[in-house]
Amino acid sequence: MHVDEQTVRRIARLARLKITDAEAKGLEAEISGILDWVEQLKQVDTDNVEPMTRVVAQDMKKREDVVTDGAKADDIVANAPMTEDHFFVVPKVVE
Amino acid sequence: MTDLTKLTLAEAKAGLAAKTFTATELTRAHLDAIEKGNGSLNAYVLGTPEVALAQAAASDKRIAAKKAGALEGLPLGIKDLFCTKGVRTTACSKILDDFKPTYESTVTQNLFDAGAIMLGKLNNDEFAMGSSNETSAFGPVVSPWRRKGKDGKLSDAKLVPGGSSGGSSAAVAADLCLAATATDTGGSILQPAALTGTVGIKPTYGRCSRWGIVAFASSLDQAGPIAKTVEDAAMMLGVMASHDPKDTTSVDAPVPDYVAEMRKGVKGLRVGVPKEYRVDGMSPEIAKLWDEGVAWLKAAGATIHEISLPHTKYALPAYYIVAPAECSSNLARYDGVRYGLRVPGKDLIDTYENTRAAGFGKEVKRRVLIGTYVLSAGYYDAYYLKAQKVRTLIKRDFDEAWAKVDVVLTPTTPSPAFAFGEKSGDPLAMYLEDIFTVTVNMAGLPGMSVPAGLSSEGTPLGLQLIGKPFDEGTLFRAGKAIEDAAGRFTPGQRWWLG
Repeated sequence: MHVDEQTVRRIARLARLKITDAEAKGLEAEISGILDWVEQLKQVDTDNVEPMTRVVAQDMKKREDVVTDGAKADDIVANAPMTEDHFFVVPKVVE
Repeated sequence: MTDLTKLTLAEAKAGLAAKTFTATELTRAHLDAIEKGNGSLNAYVLGTPEVALAQAAASDKRIAAKKAGALEGLPLGIKDLFCTKGVRTTACSKILDDFKPTYESTVTQNLFDAGAIMLGKLNNDEFAMGSSNETSAFGPVVSPWRRKGKDGKLSDAKLVPGGSSGGSSAAVAADLCLAATATDTGGSILQPAALTGTVGIKPTYGRCSRWGIVAFASSLDQAGPIAKTVEDAAMMLGVMASHDPKDTTSVDAPVPDYVAEMRKGVKGLRVGVPKEYRVDGMSPEIAKLWDEGVAWLKAAGATIHEISLPHTKYALPAYYIVAPAECSSNLARYDGVRYGLRVPGKDLIDTYENTRAAGFGKEVKRRVLIGTYVLSAGYYDAYYLKAQKVRTLIKRDFDEAWAKVDVVLTPTTPSPAFAFGEKSGDPLAMYLEDIFTVTVNMAGLPGMSVPAGLSSEGTPLGLQLIGKPFDEGTLFRAGKAIEDAAGRFTPGQRWWLG
C-alpha cells in the first residue's frame, strides 16, 4: 500500500498535526513501509470471526444514573493554558 | 549498617518489622542513591524527596502504632504515566508540559493506602510508545548494565534499558528504588524487565484499574510492577490490583494472595512450549536459554508439552493497527485548550496544529498518523475491524492450548539489550523487539518476564511465562521455579554511583 505525500498531508490535517515538507516526505516512506508490512493480515481468513471485545465475557457494567461527583470547576481549569472565570479561553471561532 | 538499597522489597519489609532500620532511614538511603546515580542513568524525570520523607515519617508512626500496611514504609518509583495528585505528570511528552493532576490514579492510591512511599516519577518512552526509552522528551534512560568485552572489561557503550518502562527497569536494576510501577501495552513491562535482569508482570487486562493512567491504547493498556524478585513482584501486584468502579473494564474478582500462590511449587504443572516462537533469526543464546528454562521446570516437577499457536506471527502486524488507531483517538484530547502546552496560531485550528506539532515527538506523530489513516473513511473494516478479528483468532489459539497446558514458556525478547541508536533509525526493526510479548496484550492474557541468564556479552536475558486469564498465581509459581534455578542477576559494579 503506497501512501503518497498528498495523502500524508490529508491525514495530518485530519489529525490536526502541522507537518513540514521534509516530515511529509519521510512519513510517506515510513507509513507506506508499515502499511505494506501489515498487508500480511490479508492471509488470515477472518470470515465468520467476531472481532474481539474483551478477554473474559462480561456484561457492560451499569450504575445508577445519579450525580456522584462534581463541583470541581477550580480543579478542571487548574491546568489550562488560558482561563477566565472557569471558562477555557480559545481564539475566536465565530466571526 | 548494610547498604539498604541492596535489599529486596521482602527483605526491607522484614527489616522494618524487626526494627533493624526505620522507613525514614530506608527512604534516605534511596534518595541518596538517586542523588548520586540518576545523573548517569536519567531513570527519574522528577524526584519527590519532600513527599517521600513526609510519607516515611507517617509510616514510621504507623509501624510504631502496629498499624503497618502491606507495603508500609517501602520506597518505590512511579512511572510518569501514572497521575499523581499535585505532582507533575507528563507521560514524558512535551505536550503535557507542567501538568499537575488534581487527582490520584487508582493504582498509586492503592499503593499509598498500603503505606508505600514515592521516591519520584520515572522516565518512559513518550506516551509509552517505544521499546528503548529513546523517545522520551526527557532524553533516554541508560541501562545500569554494560557489555563485557572479550578481555572481560566493561564497555563504555550505553545500552538501552528497554521500553517503554525503561525508567522503571533501570531504577530497579540500579537499586534506585525497591520496586516500581510500570505499564504495558505491547511489551512495555516484560521487554524492559528482560533487558535489565528484573522481574516484570503484566496482569490480565482488567486486573488493575486504568483510572488515572495516561491512556495510549485503551483495549491493551494494563499496569503492573517491575521488581527485583518474583516474590517482590507478587507483593506489588497484590496491592496494585483491585476492582474499580471508575474503570468499567476493571474486573470484580477477588485478588488472591500471590505470595502464598507463589510458594505452591510447580509439581505436576503442565508447561506448553509453542513451536511458532522458534522464529528465524532468534539468537542461539536465546534458543539455549529457552531449552534451559524447559529443563529447570521439568527438574522442579512440571511436565512439558509442545503446543501450537498458529496465529502468533500475525500478532505484531495486528498490534500495529490496533495500537495506533486507539492512540490517535486517545491523543485527540491534547489540543492546547484544557491542559498542557499551547502554541498560539492564527485561529483555533492553527492553534491545535501548532500545539500538536510542537508537543508530540516523532514516534508519537507517526503513530497518530497511521492510526488516523486506518480509521479514516472507508478503511475501518479493512484495518481496525480486521485486526480485532485476528485478535479473536490469537486468543482462540490460547483457549485451545489451555486444554492441554496450564502455562506457556517462551523467551521474552528475540535478542539481548542493544546500544543507543542501534535500532532507532528503522521503526520496523524497533517494533520487532515486541514480537514475543505483544501476543499477551492482544489476547489480554497475563505475562511475566523472569531473568534467566546472561548473554555472551554479560547482559541479562529473560524468559516469558504466559498464563490463563486471571491466573497470575500460576505465573508466580512457575516464575519462582525459574528464579530458584537461575538465581538473581545484578549489574555487579555500580559505576553509576560514581
